[in-house]
Order: sequence, then structure tokens, then C-alpha cells
Amino acid sequence: MYQELARLIRDEQPVALVTTISGPNVGAKLLVTGTDTQGSLGDTELDRIAARDALAELEAGRSGVRHYGPHGETTPEDLHGSAEVSVFIESWAPPPQMWIFGAVDFTAALAKVAKVLGYRVTVCDAREVFATRRRFPMADEVMVTWPTPVFDERGHTLGSRDAVCILTHDPKFDVPAVQGALATKVGYIGVMGSRTTHTKRLERLAEVGVDRPEQLARLMSPIGLDLGARTPEETAISICAEIIARRTGKVTPSLRDGEGPIHS
Amino acid sequence: MRELLDDIDRWRSAGSRVAIARVVDIEGSGPRLPGAAMVVNEQGEVAGSVSGGCVEGAVVGEALAILRGEALPRVVTFGYSDDDAFAVGLTCGGIIRLFIEPLDW
Repeated sequence: MYQELARLIRDEQPVALVTTISGPNVGAKLLVTGTDTQGSLGDTELDRIAARDALAELEAGRSGVRHYGPHGETTPEDLHGSAEVSVFIESWAPPPQMWIFGAVDFTAALAKVAKVLGYRVTVCDAREVFATRRRFPMADEVMVTWPTPVFDERGHTLGSRDAVCILTHDPKFDVPAVQGALATKVGYIGVMGSRTTHTKRLERLAEVGVDRPEQLARLMSPIGLDLGARTPEETAISICAEIIARRTGKVTPSLRDGEGPIHS
Repeated sequence: MRELLDDIDRWRSAGSRVAIARVVDIEGSGPRLPGAAMVVNEQGEVAGSVSGGCVEGAVVGEALAILRGEALPRVVTFGYSDDDAFAVGLTCGGIIRLFIEPLDW
């Protein structure tokens, strides 16, 4: 089973490994992918329930311990007060994605910090002279393209763990990027620019029909936490810190929720 | 575990048996999240880590004992708790539970 697990991990295929860590059959294993289950924990019903939970953990990119009755019972009444099987569910989810629109100095710094955090980074810009591998060697992919085709082609691959950061400052580019991002299930959408830029951008978005409050509430703009960041590197940290804080639900001072100039 | 695959493959293809210790649970401030892993081969060579260096030594001893058949695969707890099996603590004051087993599957 290790060979198969190692192959899936290396290919960045989503896979979860369930291991019994206490109870009967310590060490028994179940290998779970979206399409297939291998191995057994020693009980058909337990296998079914554990595989179901493993898929949920995999979806969320989480690993942790679960407790069951000997036949997969999960509710306290069924357990009669004692959990008899503990399993460790370890999931290997593909790395989260960060799409960065706009090939500017901030992009290089953000791509670097995102790589440290384990993101698969894609940089997009329509301008061929700027969107080059040489300028962004740290990115996994550099695309010369307008935003709309990218979202049409692979917007469906974005999920709650992923991020779209729009750093262009150019309405020609950032309006379609925001539209594209809003049509996906991406967990974080950050848009760079001053509060004035943001206000103007809202007008342009309204012109193309993007004006529902629940849509606009998804936009973190101005992008980043209010750290007083100045340099591209500091700004990159403030953006990534905001992404972490949004995921964990911690209360942190986002620039969006403040007032006045960003740099005072 | 991703970063350990090359070492595991090298050791196994050289005929060495391997034990793996994985963090399965943490309480309080743990230095590494569930899934952090280290592997130990029969010669006592180590790759990976499961804490900030606080408990690795004890884990190697336990892993070797399991490879020699002197101990069964089991959950080992490090940190300040009543069922503390080891005197080794974590500098951060948290508790980590590791599952240690032979990588023979």
C-alpha cells in the first residue's frame, strides 16, 4: 500500500490514509481516493464510515483522529460511552492555488511568500514583456493572457483553500479579473489599490452588473492587513497574513474595514 | 511524509526495515501539526522531525524497539499529562501524540 500512497503523493493526487491507532487491528489501513478505496480496518461497516469521513477530511485538507464503535458507530448512544476504535486520518490534498493577476514588483514578492506557504502560484498578465518566466522564476506558471479565458478554462478548479490576488490597478484588467473570480468558489479575493481606486473600481463593476452586496462582500479591497506595510515584501506578508486570518476567522485589522489613507 | 519518500525508498531498496512516527494529535501549543512525520531505519538513521527537536531522541529509541520486535506499534504521548509515558517534555508546554509503527505495509 505504501507504494501506491507514495505514487499518489508524488503525483499530487488527493489521497487519504486511515490507520487504526488503538482498538482491534492496530496498524490496519484504508487508502482512500475520490474514486477508490483499498485495504480494510477489519470491519466492512467501519470501512464504509471511515472512508466517508476520510473523503470529508481530504476535501478540507485536514488530518486528525476519529473515534468509532467497532462497526463504525459514531453517535454516543451507539458507542455506549466508550469509543472502541481510534483511527488517524491523514490527508494529502494538492497544494492550494494562488492566482496573481498583474506582473508588477508586488507580484514577485507575493509569489515568493506564497511559495513559502506552500501555494501553487500562477502569474497572469496580458502584457508579454512583463509576464515572463525570467521576472517570476519563483512562480509555478506564468501566463500571457487576459483574465476571462483563464477563469473560463479553469475557474472551476478554485475552491475554499485557494486565493485570487488582483494587483493590476488597471480597470481594463482588474474588472474582468474580479468578475471571473466572483464566478468561482475561491476562498479569498484580494484587489490592490487605494480607497479612491477601489471606489472607482466599484463604479466600473456596477456598470458591468457586479453590484450585489453579497458579491462585493467577498472582495478584500484595499488588499491586505493594516500592518503599515510599505515595500513589496511587506505588502506580500500583509496579503498572506490576511488570507490566513480569513481562513482561521481571527479578528485582525484588515485595510478594507478601516478608513483614511493606507499609508499615513 | 512527502519530503521523506526519497529516504524511505532508498532505505527500503537497500533492504533496511523502516519505522515511521507520525504526529496524530496535539493539545495546546504543539510545534508540528498532525501528519508531521519522521522515519528511522534499522541502522538508526533518521529523516524528518515531529517536534522542534524536543522529543526526537526518545522517538528514535521507541522506533528501534518496535523494529526489533520489543514493542508493539502504539500511540506515544509526550508532554505534561497524567498518562505521561516519557520524562521528555516539550519546551512549548503542549502535548503531542505520535503513532509509531513499522513501515511494512
